[in-house]
Amino acid sequence: MIRGLKVEKRLYRPRWLSVLIPVSGMILALIASGFFMYLLGVSPLKAFKEVIYSALGSKYGISETIVKAVPLALAGIAVLLSFKMIIWNIGAEGQIVIGALATTAVVRYMFIDNPIVMFILMIMASCIAGGLWAAFAGYLKARWNVNEIITTLMLNYIAIHLMEHFIYGPWRDPASLGFPMTKPFPDAARLYQFADTRVHVGIIIAIILGLLFYWIFKNTRWGYEVRVIGENPRAADFAGINYVWNVVFVMFLSGAICGIAGMTEIAGLQGRLQSGFSGGFGYTAIIVAWLARLNPLSVLFVSFFMGILLVGGDTLQIVMRLPLSSTLVIQGLILFFLLGGEFFRRYRIKFITGKEQ
Amino acid sequence: MSFQQNCCLVEMKNITKKFAGFHANDKVDFDVRPGEVHALLGENGAGKSTLMNVLCGLYFQEEGTISIENRIVELKNPKDAILNGIGMVHQHFMLVPSQTVWENMILGLDNIPQFLPKHRVIEKIKEISKKYGLHVDPEAKTWQLSIGEQQRVAILRVLYRQASVLILDEPTAVLTPQESKKLFQTVMQMRSEGHGIVFISHKLDEVMEFSDRITILRKGRKIATVETDSVTKQRLAEMMVGEKVAFSVDKPDMDPGKTVMEIDNISVLNDRGREAVRNISLELRQNEIIGVAGIAGNGQNELCEAIVGLRKPVSGKIYMFGKDLTSARPKAYISEGVRYIPADRKGTGLIPNMNINENAILKKYWQKPVSRGFRIDWRAVLDFAKAIVDKFHVDAPSMETPVRNLSGGNLQKLMLGRELKDEPNLLVAVHPTWGLDVAATTFVRETLLLERSRGASILFVSEDLSELVSISDRLAVIHGGEFMGMIDDPSSVDLETVGLMMAGTPASEIFPGGKS
Amino acid sequence: MEMLITILSAAVRSGTPILYATLGEILTEKSGVLNLGLEGIMLIGAFTGFSVTYSTGNPWLGVLAAFIAGMCFTLIHAFLSITMGANQVVSGLALTMTGTGATSLLGRHYIGETIKGFSITPVPYLSDIPFLGPVLFNHDVLVYLSFLFVFVLAFFLNHTRFGLNLRAVGDSPRSADAAGLNVQKIRYIYTVIGGGIVAIGGAYMSVAYTKMWGDLMTAGRGWIAIALVIFAIWHPARAAFGAYLFGGVTAFQLRLQTAGTNISASLLMTLPYVLTIMVLFFISVRQGKGILFGSPAGLGQPYYREERE
Repeated sequence: MIRGLKVEKRLYRPRWLSVLIPVSGMILALIASGFFMYLLGVSPLKAFKEVIYSALGSKYGISETIVKAVPLALAGIAVLLSFKMIIWNIGAEGQIVIGALATTAVVRYMFIDNPIVMFILMIMASCIAGGLWAAFAGYLKARWNVNEIITTLMLNYIAIHLMEHFIYGPWRDPASLGFPMTKPFPDAARLYQFADTRVHVGIIIAIILGLLFYWIFKNTRWGYEVRVIGENPRAADFAGINYVWNVVFVMFLSGAICGIAGMTEIAGLQGRLQSGFSGGFGYTAIIVAWLARLNPLSVLFVSFFMGILLVGGDTLQIVMRLPLSSTLVIQGLILFFLLGGEFFRRYRIKFITGKEQ
Repeated sequence: MSFQQNCCLVEMKNITKKFAGFHANDKVDFDVRPGEVHALLGENGAGKSTLMNVLCGLYFQEEGTISIENRIVELKNPKDAILNGIGMVHQHFMLVPSQTVWENMILGLDNIPQFLPKHRVIEKIKEISKKYGLHVDPEAKTWQLSIGEQQRVAILRVLYRQASVLILDEPTAVLTPQESKKLFQTVMQMRSEGHGIVFISHKLDEVMEFSDRITILRKGRKIATVETDSVTKQRLAEMMVGEKVAFSVDKPDMDPGKTVMEIDNISVLNDRGREAVRNISLELRQNEIIGVAGIAGNGQNELCEAIVGLRKPVSGKIYMFGKDLTSARPKAYISEGVRYIPADRKGTGLIPNMNINENAILKKYWQKPVSRGFRIDWRAVLDFAKAIVDKFHVDAPSMETPVRNLSGGNLQKLMLGRELKDEPNLLVAVHPTWGLDVAATTFVRETLLLERSRGASILFVSEDLSELVSISDRLAVIHGGEFMGMIDDPSSVDLETVGLMMAGTPASEIFPGGKS
Repeated sequence: MEMLITILSAAVRSGTPILYATLGEILTEKSGVLNLGLEGIMLIGAFTGFSVTYSTGNPWLGVLAAFIAGMCFTLIHAFLSITMGANQVVSGLALTMTGTGATSLLGRHYIGETIKGFSITPVPYLSDIPFLGPVLFNHDVLVYLSFLFVFVLAFFLNHTRFGLNLRAVGDSPRSADAAGLNVQKIRYIYTVIGGGIVAIGGAYMSVAYTKMWGDLMTAGRGWIAIALVIFAIWHPARAAFGAYLFGGVTAFQLRLQTAGTNISASLLMTLPYVLTIMVLFFISVRQGKGILFGSPAGLGQPYYREERE
């Protein structure tokens, strides 16, 4: 006789579970979103077909997917670094904006007509600016335990308003008829783009960083230190690992890479700084990092997958007139199912059969 | 006893409780009569707390029944237990620190009106306080009370809920000998009022002195229930362990060697910025074990952390082999051969989610051969870890097993092995045998004595006075962050005296004219 | 002086949705659960409030529907966080995304439509008090309701048995469990009700403030509320202060813009955020030196009656 359910912690976690759970989670999420679309009077099969075809069915499509994936990959790696230490850097959005701001400042005030020099200047500026922006929150956290979720969040808004100040004001393009954007960047400040596509060198940076950090976490002392801090800050203390310095440094790296993401978006893709250029991908990056289970290599794949969704979303907007944010629903659902699935990774459900007394 | 026909307040029959693969309780019978003190005796891990957790509703048994006054009941959660008159005082009290005493008193009770009748509650608290001699300020915030006072609150709470059965889990672990005496006075009074009292302990002396009956558990099984008058300490110990137990430890006489560390008048602040250690001076020498006795929370942790470099003293100096290490980083201390076994293993000393390899190198990862340059050589790591596991008989399925799956004894052995691997000059060990069974405890003590013979200097902090007395060469007693006295021949002093010092009386007052 | 009254009055109206959201989240966090999905919940509330009011013509039904919708939506987060022990940060973010996306999709037919909603109803006598009258008592009913909520919540938390139990669950779930409280049940109840209150804040935006529906109309107010909970140190009265402060700055900025000087407006807009960081900094430093501040210990950590260490 089944008297009830019992939830038991697993003693060991089998490998196949690590694959089964995400995959089944995604499938369930796709089914659920399909259902949701059906309820809205949209044919889910048609929608999925459009998405896949537009994202992967042509050279242009794939390149567009990559274009969308690159900033996600960069920001995803950035965010992952801090998450490994259980520092919740929600400020990717702001760090991206600050990086873009710094880039624009360099283009405006330090322009030199040489693409290589400009590239170096822009990267340095965006790295330092983004890095400091994040490191500030990191220091507050490390030294005084100030909740980083709130500080990074606040810094996002401060960054956005700062940007608005400049592009509505002193940096506004007079030819833009009141739209909040700067003048287009001169050619030397643009990044090289491959073939006829819009894919820029950001992709190379993303891949290099992905491989680099994967190797670092696996094989180096510093990677070990970071993992220890994330797992158990007191033990890290005990081992002589300097908590404050590491937190600040990792946050700096995190912000710096976000800064690069911002730089590549405006110098590589958009060619100018305009309001809302980041489109919330600072937040999407958090999802990407989490979906990738904080693994730098997986981030590259997950961001590509996200890119498919985003390109698909664009298509759905044009072809089926669904608003852009519909892809958010799919992303949200995927997360829900994956979060639920995590439970089964840690616990097992058993049936209690009680004996009659 | 005069309640014969009703026999028991509580009767547990055939209780079995399993956790992921092993039996914490295996067909255990246990009963409590009104007006008795019934001790539950056993080593750590024998299943005593588990059994009582089943009784108070925190765990649910796989098999077996519980009867309250001859009615079978199902205790599915703590509320059921409370409604049935069962009250437990846990080792870690289970009080809400930010709330006041009177708020904690009525927490979770259903028969209190919504608009809290503060004054009525306080009145009732004062009534019970007076009756049982448990005095506490009802309006005080719980986090501001001392441990002894908090325990009183926990006991008051159980009485406030009119429990007929009171369960005390290792109540004297956090008390001085004097406070323990007071506690047992209260227990005796509750006994005379007809309550049934269960107290869980592994201290044979207490059990012999204060109980009417004793139930011995070993490895989840009940060995026997005996009348206290009819049994000897030796017999109890044998039943607890299952084999003849030797009570003494083999400690060779040794002269202390060179001074390894000199601590000169240091003061250390705690996390809140208040002085936890006040003007302490100490000399740690080779071939010597210095014991530190004291109630938890009197500065031991801060002192140890200062000695291993984790906490900087705000005044005073620390010298190691003559070198001034006062403001040095923790890694410098580690390089000088200082090793630390902290009190909380899973919290500070080890990383539960990482495997044995990764934990083994926690103190060594930046040194050769484990790492070369900035890279970690995982093959060298494996060798290193395996050496520790073999030498210290750490029992684990594989080297990749996450450390959280190891038992308390094996965790301690791993940590001990790691800290001792490099033949440290100074070892600071805090409660190293806490929670371990007899075999592991003996192993740890013997290992420490071996280290002592090898030439290490050992600082040994414990709350177990008999352990301290048998192992230490010298014994310091700490209270309020200061040393109350240093006993040069621990085996010759009586525990009363130590108890006085633990409670704050300096040696100079006990022995006018100097230290013992 | 006239200008001050206008601004303060606008501050109260502008701050009201934030206040609702903050109060709801205080309730949730007091039980020990962290809900970062406020932006999504507010949008769900705004949409539900608008669409139901549009169809029925009754704004009260709209608010009620929003409350219920908010509760149901929050139930997802509650289930994942409490029963499944999932990562509450990620779960909250997922809630935000789903709420944003779903309301965009569902609301696309309502763009451009308007409703009558709640109109300004001055309180008799009280609205004639000089200065305070126009600032506090010349608004719509939902604003007055929010005043009531502040008092009710403060009283509930500190002077009722349920409030005591709630605080215990957040401050020390193990102790609450041992005392006989059902930790999971209490967390569910207050997380869900808290979410419902947040949704009312969203409904306020569409049914009373603008009386229209717009994509993403909450414009980050949900996120601000999350910060305000800490700014307010989990206390309803301080929450009101913070909400009106933010509301005031937002209103002030709009006035500046219409006056034609919007260059420094953006910089001014950063003020509340900077202030929040400063307050948080001071709290954290003081907290490091000792006493508990009313912050639920172990916020964001799931509680299981741990079967063995």
